[in-house]
Amino acid sequence: MNGLWILRGLGVTLKHFIETYIEDFRQGKKRYFTAQGIEQRRSSKTRGIFTVQYPEEKLPVPEEFRYLPFLVYEEVNGQRKLRCTACGICAKVCPPQCIWIVRSTDPETGRPVPAPSEFYIDVDVCMNCGFCAEYCPFDAIKMDHDYEIASFDRQREHVFDLQKISKPVTYYAKIRPGNYAEEQRARMMKEAAKTIA
Amino acid sequence: MDENELNLRPNQIPEELKGSIAVTTLDRIYNWSRRNSIWPMMFGLACCAIEMIATAASRYDFSRFGMEVMRASPRQADVMIVSGTVTKKMIPQIVRLYNQMAEPKYVIAMGACASGGGPFKEGYNVVPGIDRFIPVDVYIPGCPPTPQALLNGLITLQKKIDSESLKSVRWYQKGKIEPIPIPVLGPDLIDPRQSPLIKELCQSQISNVSPAGTPENLEAHHDNQLD
Amino acid sequence: MTTSWIETQLTEYLLERFGEAVQPDSRPGYLGFLVARNKLLEVCRSLRDEFGFDYLSSVTGVDYHPEPFMEVVYHFYKSTGGSALVMKTQAPRDNPTVPSLCSLYPGADFQEREAWDLLGIRFEGHPDLRRILMWEGFAGHPLRKDWREPFFEEDAKPFKSRWPEGHFIRVEDNNPYKNNVSYPPDFDPGKWVPDKDELLYGGLQSFEEDSEIKTERIVVNLGPQHPSTHGVFRMVVLLEGERVVDLKPVMGYLHRNHEKIGERNTYLQNMPFTDRLDYICSMSNNFGYALAVEKLMGIQPPERAEYIRVMMAELTRFLNHMFSIGFLLNDLGAFFTPSLYAIEERELILDIFEEVAGSRMMCNYFRFGGVARDVPEQVLDKIKTLVHDRLPRKLDEFERYLTHNEILRSRCEGVGVLTPEQAIALSVAGPVLRASGVPYDVRRADPYSIYERLEFDVAYGIHGDIYDRYLVRIEEMRQSLRILRQVLKDIPNGPVMAGKPQFQVRVPPGEAYGRVEGPKGELGFYVVSNGKPNPWRYHVRAPSFINLTSLKTMAHGAKVADLVAILGSIDIVLGEVDR
Ligand code: SF4
Ligand code: SF4
Ligand code: SF4
Repeated sequence: MNGLWILRGLGVTLKHFIETYIEDFRQGKKRYFTAQGIEQRRSSKTRGIFTVQYPEEKLPVPEEFRYLPFLVYEEVNGQRKLRCTACGICAKVCPPQCIWIVRSTDPETGRPVPAPSEFYIDVDVCMNCGFCAEYCPFDAIKMDHDYEIASFDRQREHVFDLQKISKPVTYYAKIRPGNYAEEQRARMMKEAAKTIA
Repeated sequence: MDENELNLRPNQIPEELKGSIAVTTLDRIYNWSRRNSIWPMMFGLACCAIEMIATAASRYDFSRFGMEVMRASPRQADVMIVSGTVTKKMIPQIVRLYNQMAEPKYVIAMGACASGGGPFKEGYNVVPGIDRFIPVDVYIPGCPPTPQALLNGLITLQKKIDSESLKSVRWYQKGKIEPIPIPVLGPDLIDPRQSPLIKELCQSQISNVSPAGTPENLEAHHDNQLD
Repeated sequence: MTTSWIETQLTEYLLERFGEAVQPDSRPGYLGFLVARNKLLEVCRSLRDEFGFDYLSSVTGVDYHPEPFMEVVYHFYKSTGGSALVMKTQAPRDNPTVPSLCSLYPGADFQEREAWDLLGIRFEGHPDLRRILMWEGFAGHPLRKDWREPFFEEDAKPFKSRWPEGHFIRVEDNNPYKNNVSYPPDFDPGKWVPDKDELLYGGLQSFEEDSEIKTERIVVNLGPQHPSTHGVFRMVVLLEGERVVDLKPVMGYLHRNHEKIGERNTYLQNMPFTDRLDYICSMSNNFGYALAVEKLMGIQPPERAEYIRVMMAELTRFLNHMFSIGFLLNDLGAFFTPSLYAIEERELILDIFEEVAGSRMMCNYFRFGGVARDVPEQVLDKIKTLVHDRLPRKLDEFERYLTHNEILRSRCEGVGVLTPEQAIALSVAGPVLRASGVPYDVRRADPYSIYERLEFDVAYGIHGDIYDRYLVRIEEMRQSLRILRQVLKDIPNGPVMAGKPQFQVRVPPGEAYGRVEGPKGELGFYVVSNGKPNPWRYHVRAPSFINLTSLKTMAHGAKVADLVAILGSIDIVLGEVDR
């Protein structure tokens, strides 16, 4: 019969419509605004309404998620110590060449010191590729999870300087616990190997 | 510093609105109605446009913010989301579309490309930022900004609208709002506002430099640009 | 290269018949033959008619500055399968002219125009040799090695200004105009007359004059900002009433100079740029590029990496086809519901990409000799539930929704027909080619990675219309799921990277053409290395771009409303068309 398949097709949309209410009924309050509810809605069992109601509820980002890079520092005796040694590998590997590093020099001898005195990332050029974090030999630069960074003025806000991109190692451990643990383990192994040798 | 507070930013106020007139109740009502009915233009340029579609689609659904429908016509749109790489070949059309939009109109530069050129900035056909030609209200970094980042940008735009006042908004000021001159495709992109400068610099190049085309000349030309 | 019997025979035959005019390319790392310019057409005709190399896959130029010549490189295939035949012809650099192959292979049309636009190689006998990506009047041919853009810094990355004295400066601040522009020395903007597209409009012509009703002809511009064109694409259409009489696609509105930037980047730095070619299927782009460079380097990824690669490529195919058929109804004028359903499934797959690669769209996941990181167990489980449960279920639902829908069928059946002969001649690839009844799929015709071991069927259509393209895509999704099930069952444990991850790879001199069956068709990367850290030539054979050659043929005689659907059925992505 002509038009039968149109009706069947409309049945599909009707089913989608009804499923939302069935799910609402089945899961009750915990369907919205709870971590569990969001997890359920993004799993492959999801039915009915699919919307994540940002900003009230946010879709959690996975550990490997990358947005912009940041530099990791450790607190030693209340002093911030950047892990970065200004080796320049990230600046070399960066595809659009948006990392600018000035290596510190010792004011007396004039010799280079393994620390950056200036470090810029032009976020209007950065392509969030993650190469800098992937190839940094000192685990000093990492990809951030923070994406809520809309601004009114790019001339002032969009060149991240040392001040803006330095974040503590605790923050790193929090957003990327798996990577952090892995690195710690590798570091311990190295230390252990050193003491044995 | 507590890492939970690390990414919190103080409430930003747009530069041009700093120290402006206090917002009255009437303004509030006016702003409230406007902020909840911003219709974006259906206008995609590149990769970021796909994320914009994803934001409009079921998972993120920006109709929840009153951006009910995307309009294909600039006459019916309130906000232009410049989503993607702005090329020289495309910029005349973009400026024309902007001129055709009715006030009040806003522009969001979505992604690195629209804000400042992005990864393709060094290319010969890329405009380093849409704000060379049209005024931008909100910039969203990222390549591409995820749908949630775009929503954050839209909320930032709403905040900006909230801080506007009837007395100072440009569309109630006296006088005509001049359209932006439309760029011309010449041997390279020509911004009509720069025509005198272009003429002057090109003339001075002739007098400074002997026959064109040799590599030394290119170097000289390059050096000229540096100072 | 292993030379089979037929190829040896071919070599002997060519050398014997054309003597001096055909020489094997003896440069180290190079393949194929060098053909004298004046004999090119003759050689190609004999290849096509006598040896069955009827499919011209890619045409591109290489500038060997400071050597005094330019080279045009052709890759021919047989539409029945097999490996490539590479032909090259050289022309002096100061006036490069080469005979056009358009008369033999109409599919060369856009590619020759691109070579003219970017390299300034003139193709004699080309019917419509205009610029294609840049605009008429643009100064210079940007891919020439001695042409420099306004923001030029150095010939190769990494730039020295970044480290150790990297005092930040915006590159536009170095430019007197504070913009990405430079002008020839004697330029006067007051006297400039911009191109009025006269060549473009003048080139429009009617095919025939047989219609009985004579109506006035009008020229209509669709795009570049038009909701139907899937991005910044423009079609200039000559209409007679509602009927399309002639059509010319205009592109370049998203030309981002991928190749010029690619020649400055190091090999690895190109990887994230390939993501942005066809930004819906970044994994497939990664795959093609990795294959090309691995071919040059002569390395092989470990087993597990191969499985992961195929897994990601097939997931990408699924989500691309889902996206494209989801938007089919939009193109037919009914808005949004199916595309919303399609995007829902896409989001679920993107979640997986995000978890594995770190980004939803710009995956940047492949490395030379493997992949960036392993797929964790819990993600594999997620993929399993998707592949075994969710995606097939949703695909069925989708089919129930659309496949037999009477309106859809009456709008799509018999519209935009492309015959198999036309499809091959026009170098069309992917689902469009297969829907025309040519069962050509690179995964089967010239297998790469582990596709040889996998069981799947090549879907193909009969009628070559929009509806068949839709069906082919549906069937390909089913086959992708079939491949995914096998891959998930057999995926071995082990490393995912051959050797240590390096950011500077050593690539021996030579050339390589790596191709994969991307969701949109044959995606090829032609890379020429001269042993330096960055490629000398880097060219992308973009399926969307070349498939557009067939738009005119398909649209001829169609109604305006159908034109939109025809364009949608080719499934183009502008990032790849314009690069
Ligand atoms: S961030 Fe890492 S790679 Fe970059 S300069 Fe510092 S130590 Fe070197
Ligand atoms: S993420 Fe990529 S583009 Fe951005 S700074 Fe790091 S290497 Fe450069
Ligand atoms: S910012 Fe990145 S994702 Fe967006 S258009 Fe530019 S290259 Fe594409």
